[in-house]
Amino acid sequence: MKNTIAERILDFLKGFPPFDALTHEQLFNIATQVKVHYIEKDNYIFKQNEDLHDSFYVVKDGAIGIYRGNSLVDECDEGDIFGLRALIRKDQYLLDAKAIEESIVYSMSSKVLEDIIITNPKANQFLIASFATNTRNPYSEEDKGTLFANESFLQPNTNSFTEVQSANFSKNPIVCQAHTIIKEACLVMSARKVGSIIITENKQPIGIITDKDLRNKIATGLHTISEEVESIMSAPVITFPPTITVAEAQIAMLKNEISHLCITTDGTPNSELIGILSEHDIIVMHGNNPSVLIKEIKRATSAESLKFIREKAQELLKNYIEQHIPISFIANIISAINDAITKRIILLSITEIQEEPPVTFAWLAIGSQGRKEQLLLTDQDNALVFEDVSEDKKEATTSYFLKLAKGINNKLNTVGFELCPANMMASNPKWCLSVTEWKAQFKNWITHPDQDKIMLCNIFFDYDLVYGNHDLVNEMSTSIFEAIDSYEIFLNFMGRDALKNPAPLSFFRNFLVEDSGEHKDQFDIKARAIMPLVDAARLLVLSHNTKDVNSTIERFKKLAEIEPQTKDLYESCISAFRILLRFRTQQGLKNNDSGRFIDLNSLSKADRLKLKGCFKPIKDIQDLLKVRFKLSQLL
Amino acid sequence: MNWFKRKTYPDFYNAYAESFKGKNNPLETTRFVVFDTETTGLNPNEDLILSIGTVTIQNFSINVSDSLECYVQQEHFNADTVKIHGILKAGSIRKIEETEAIKLFLKHIEGAVLVAHHIAFDVTMINQALKRMDLPKLKNKLVDTGLLYKKTKYVKDHTHYSLDQLCNTFNITMHDRHTASGDAYLTAVLFLKFAALLKKKKNRDLRLSDF
Repeated sequence: MKNTIAERILDFLKGFPPFDALTHEQLFNIATQVKVHYIEKDNYIFKQNEDLHDSFYVVKDGAIGIYRGNSLVDECDEGDIFGLRALIRKDQYLLDAKAIEESIVYSMSSKVLEDIIITNPKANQFLIASFATNTRNPYSEEDKGTLFANESFLQPNTNSFTEVQSANFSKNPIVCQAHTIIKEACLVMSARKVGSIIITENKQPIGIITDKDLRNKIATGLHTISEEVESIMSAPVITFPPTITVAEAQIAMLKNEISHLCITTDGTPNSELIGILSEHDIIVMHGNNPSVLIKEIKRATSAESLKFIREKAQELLKNYIEQHIPISFIANIISAINDAITKRIILLSITEIQEEPPVTFAWLAIGSQGRKEQLLLTDQDNALVFEDVSEDKKEATTSYFLKLAKGINNKLNTVGFELCPANMMASNPKWCLSVTEWKAQFKNWITHPDQDKIMLCNIFFDYDLVYGNHDLVNEMSTSIFEAIDSYEIFLNFMGRDALKNPAPLSFFRNFLVEDSGEHKDQFDIKARAIMPLVDAARLLVLSHNTKDVNSTIERFKKLAEIEPQTKDLYESCISAFRILLRFRTQQGLKNNDSGRFIDLNSLSKADRLKLKGCFKPIKDIQDLLKVRFKLSQLL
Repeated sequence: MNWFKRKTYPDFYNAYAESFKGKNNPLETTRFVVFDTETTGLNPNEDLILSIGTVTIQNFSINVSDSLECYVQQEHFNADTVKIHGILKAGSIRKIEETEAIKLFLKHIEGAVLVAHHIAFDVTMINQALKRMDLPKLKNKLVDTGLLYKKTKYVKDHTHYSLDQLCNTFNITMHDRHTASGDAYLTAVLFLKFAALLKKKKNRDLRLSDF
């Protein structure tokens, strides 16, 4: 019989974990058993030490606060589950659940819970995860990062991170049957230039012959080449699933004193053979690591060879993202590679001009490159500052550096960093200046701010010395802080600019998406989520006169240090920023673009929830800016 | 008509009628059946029931498992109202005989308090169907959410508040409007909200007589 209400409840539930993992039938069953509760604001659903209700709850509308005493531990809104821990523990409630606003809440019996746990491993996993995490609040110290991607579980260690990469095995292994004659098998191995052949039966690996077997068993005369391969093959083979990491492979080879591993679909010898991983593959992979790449960069003699190296770095990036290596660690490595490439290009360009620079200079990465937050290849943003020279040498000096910058920009372009469409590059005479000119320019931006100048400040204040004279950069930084000191209202202008993109949740807690243009209905993760955090961190750091902290994460860390009372908020900004950056990089790698615009429909609901989880810190930090820079009257 | 011949009723009706005897339930255990009917039109003398949808409320929560949704096969058909309720004369939804639907409904509302938005119309439609079956009228205590809304306010007015208006005022997302079940569900949510308001107004626990 038709059940319109259950269908409607199903439609709602199916969007949220763990329900999204269930089959339609399971979910419909659950939906027919739901009870719907209307909870007025400030009313309790359960209280601490209250006896267990035989159900757990899902928020349909509104928001439910989970309180320990008077302090809010967690805030559940649309699709969030609560009251689960007590139910799993079969114990009294340890916390209060109270409506923060009027809410409609679905309840489901423990029977439903048991059914989910028994029947669906994926849903089960989610329930256990949320059970294990206590709450999902990114604000509370103890729970940080638990349901979010495990950002901090891997200790960055430059020597060992290759090991957690998944191993690149050969996908088309050469195979033969047990009754194949040894000579024939060897002819195939020679023709295909491989050192091993796998013996299969029903596509499952049962044995292997390697060059070593031929040496030890044939060449010694123990067997003849007219026997069947079965007589000399090593069996059984060691098998692994395709998710095997370099470390696992190395350990297995050492332990079994072998040099080849068979990769099968489920990792057991009883499933189909899909690849082979040799010791040689492992050695090659060790060659693809940042320190090797950086050595290669230093030896490179042309932009073309650098392009090739940069492509390898892109492969690394992809592996790191897949392996959930902490994003700030990835960012550091990719930045180090980009920096090394840029340095090499600068040296190549100087050689090309066949004339040493007339005075010292510094090459600056600006914008996201300056913040070391650029993981994907995007367009270049850079600037050049040179030492002051006497008036008569000014023209010649400027033209030298413009020529140099042009060469550098072009070579970077060859490597894969597109030319900046807005021409924010050192080859633009506006951004290739002497230190005195830069100082005057900064002062002008700061003391006569308008929309455009604030934008330029946002880009140029995130500079990072890539090559050259450090003193010049210091001089620039000092002048910025002096100018700000003399004209403090500048920070309020910056603050107003930082709020130009409101936190990306609409009144009804939906994502704000683009409502027109090429990216209609897509979510602009850069403008709506990443930039608000970047802008806030820059502004706050400037307001504390803190020099030389350029990355957004480092800035928030510094802020947490300076203002311990606001530490929780800054830390939640860090974790939000990490998630957003990873998200953008994943999207960019997947779609082969800048990752900026995200089609929300392509995301799993879990990912959408994860993204939404990042929005609260954005809103909170914007609220903080509003108060601190007295922006309510400016807005 | 023979005044002396006591009319006998079928078992299902007797069971229904029995369910109200000697019942004086406290509010906590009272079963409220919130219902709505979709009909071929608004004239109780001509028009017929096309579907009945209910949800129940007990202990102030909506119990989805205890609900009824049925579609009725009718000869009378009014093309004009199709655009409102979307029920086609043939259509793909499984339909049952009117007598069957009424039997199910009576069974479902045994001992319950009936709730509907502008309940008079829905009850009249059901009573007309009962009459066609040669049965007496409904016996349930009735609550009209339109009137209940007025009770939550101090004003006594004669304004007619539509379900749409009230859902808008009380911020209830409208789904499945103009399906009997959908409207019954919306009415049930309104009922819960009104009960909460009423309780606040009275500043004490509610009694059945408050509704």
